[in-house]
Amino acid sequence: MSEVARYTRRLVLGAGLAMTATVALGGALGGVAVAADTVKLGVSIPAATHGFTGGIVWWANQAKAELEKAHPNLKITVKTASGAPEQANQLQDLVTVTKIDSLVIFPFESAALTQPVMQAKKKNVYVTVVDRGLTDTSAQDAYIAGDNTAFGRIPAEYIAKKYNGKANIVALRGIPTTLDNERWEAFTGVLKQYPDIKILDGKYANWNRDDAFKVTQDFLTRFKDIDVVWAADDDMAFGVLKAIEQAKRTDIKEVFGGAGSKTMVKTILDGSNPLIRADVSYSPKFIYDAIKMTAEARLKGDKLPATYIIPSSLITKENAKEFYFPDSPY
Amino acid sequence: MPSAPTPTTEARGDRAAPRKAGRRFDPHRFGPVVGLVLLLIVGTALNPDFATWDNLMNVLTRTAFIGIISIGMCFVIISGGIDLSVGSMAALIAGGMILLMNALAGSVGSPVAVVMLGMLFALLLGGGFGLAHGYLITRGRIEPFIVTLGTLGIFRAVLTWLADGGAITLDNDLSDAYGPVYYGSLLGIPVPVWVFLAVSVAGAVLLNRTAFGRYVQAIGSNEQVARFAAVDVDRVKLLTYGLLGVCVGIATVLYVPRLGSASPTTGLLWELEAIAAVIVGGTSFKGGEGRIAGTVIGAVLLSVISNILNLTSIISVYLNAAVQGCVIIAVAFLQRRRP
Repeated sequence: MSEVARYTRRLVLGAGLAMTATVALGGALGGVAVAADTVKLGVSIPAATHGFTGGIVWWANQAKAELEKAHPNLKITVKTASGAPEQANQLQDLVTVTKIDSLVIFPFESAALTQPVMQAKKKNVYVTVVDRGLTDTSAQDAYIAGDNTAFGRIPAEYIAKKYNGKANIVALRGIPTTLDNERWEAFTGVLKQYPDIKILDGKYANWNRDDAFKVTQDFLTRFKDIDVVWAADDDMAFGVLKAIEQAKRTDIKEVFGGAGSKTMVKTILDGSNPLIRADVSYSPKFIYDAIKMTAEARLKGDKLPATYIIPSSLITKENAKEFYFPDSPY
Repeated sequence: MPSAPTPTTEARGDRAAPRKAGRRFDPHRFGPVVGLVLLLIVGTALNPDFATWDNLMNVLTRTAFIGIISIGMCFVIISGGIDLSVGSMAALIAGGMILLMNALAGSVGSPVAVVMLGMLFALLLGGGFGLAHGYLITRGRIEPFIVTLGTLGIFRAVLTWLADGGAITLDNDLSDAYGPVYYGSLLGIPVPVWVFLAVSVAGAVLLNRTAFGRYVQAIGSNEQVARFAAVDVDRVKLLTYGLLGVCVGIATVLYVPRLGSASPTTGLLWELEAIAAVIVGGTSFKGGEGRIAGTVIGAVLLSVISNILNLTSIISVYLNAAVQGCVIIAVAFLQRRRP
């Protein structure tokens, strides 16, 4: 208890000193970052409403536990929000009540969160934006994201190669967003080079198992000869597999999901379903990487590169082990 | 309230009019049927595969969940209430019954017995949730909109918490034992369609041939007058919510074997689909009057629209929701009441 008190005192003193130093040096050297004694890092992320965001929350708490243990002078506060307005309010609280000096934020919506983040940055908070870029990039110090282009490109290249440039594909799409468009354009962009590959149709199934089941049932009614289903998400792939199983169709050779969820990676690793052979990584672990990179850079007084794209890679039986995290909920 | 009886007499007079008109041909009464027939013709013209037996069974089977919930919802809306929580309730019941079945799998020997217990639990939980709504609304004197808006959040949040943000998945051998409840069929017709049919017939009998059904309509038409007429208003209302809860339980029993999992997206927006099916089917949103047959047709109609959109690609996928919106409004126009 006394240790905590002593620590808190040191923390307050340190923060005060650091602030004075920053202001003094900042004036003299024109904003060069200074190694801080203590770092108060705020993390603002969407609440766990589906598999992927569940993974985000789990990885953020994992980062908090590991980093706070490794760095006693680091304090991480994780806040989850179920909508853009709630996230904006939490951001205000983090800045005025928790008095954070660094922020890692996974914005609900780019446009709605740009102004609130700008307000935080004006109060000298170091801002790392994750996954969804803000509309005004001057509100962020660093941007860390998964590679949505590769998310569409990798499966397209894989399918083109494996089926020798000849296949009938049906595709599922997520929810109409820029993120989904980037993936879709990358996917169709690659396949345009192969005249014998036909994308029969692509419909929205909202990253949802039930909708994926229904849309696939209808695809199966409509098209008698399908080689590959690009489910574009592991949750949706689950619904696709059930619909194929029900219809007892044997023409379909492969279902390609996306994101590298625990169950899918396990299936690939064990080779337990002949329809599931590969996946593309887009792991919620990037929030962990973002928190770790930001915290460590801030503790040293370094800056992060303005943009850092976490590469997506093809997961096959050979490398599936590296992508398997049995403790993560996703 | 001495003035209360006067408007009732008028209301009775009003309702007598369509009854008389029923003997002649009243096109408005058949609005939903006409809408459905038109959709079937359009669907067949756009894609001949639409009219295949397999596709029609697919559509009816997936309608079963919303359809069964709509029948319960029909009683609640006729009595002048509303329930916004049914989608979240279905999700929580699904999650709860999967957890229970997984837990029982070790101690109870046969998977079939485990599944039976799970199904019973789902019905009891549904009925319990429904009665809890009813108590809060009748004894607690809270608006049904607020009570069920509150539980909408509570049910889904509890499920998300139970699932740790991910999915709750049924064990494999249980999944195999339970599968036939969704995927099996009897005389060529899938089990969920039979259940949907049975619930519809039971609903129609209950609404039109029993004292309870008449009380529900009387309360929705004028609660004050029903009270003066010695109807136990609170009890009848309580039962309508309990009935809806059981319907949600039945729907969940059919839903779980489909994917064998529950996640925070399970049952998302089912409440709006169920309410839309009831209203499109010709039930008055103000209460007092409604039809079970119309509700069934309304539910089928809603899923036929999205089926047709999936079977064709003449309209940009971005506009799917707009097409659905137009059809819903058009059908509602066909069955509009005369002022």
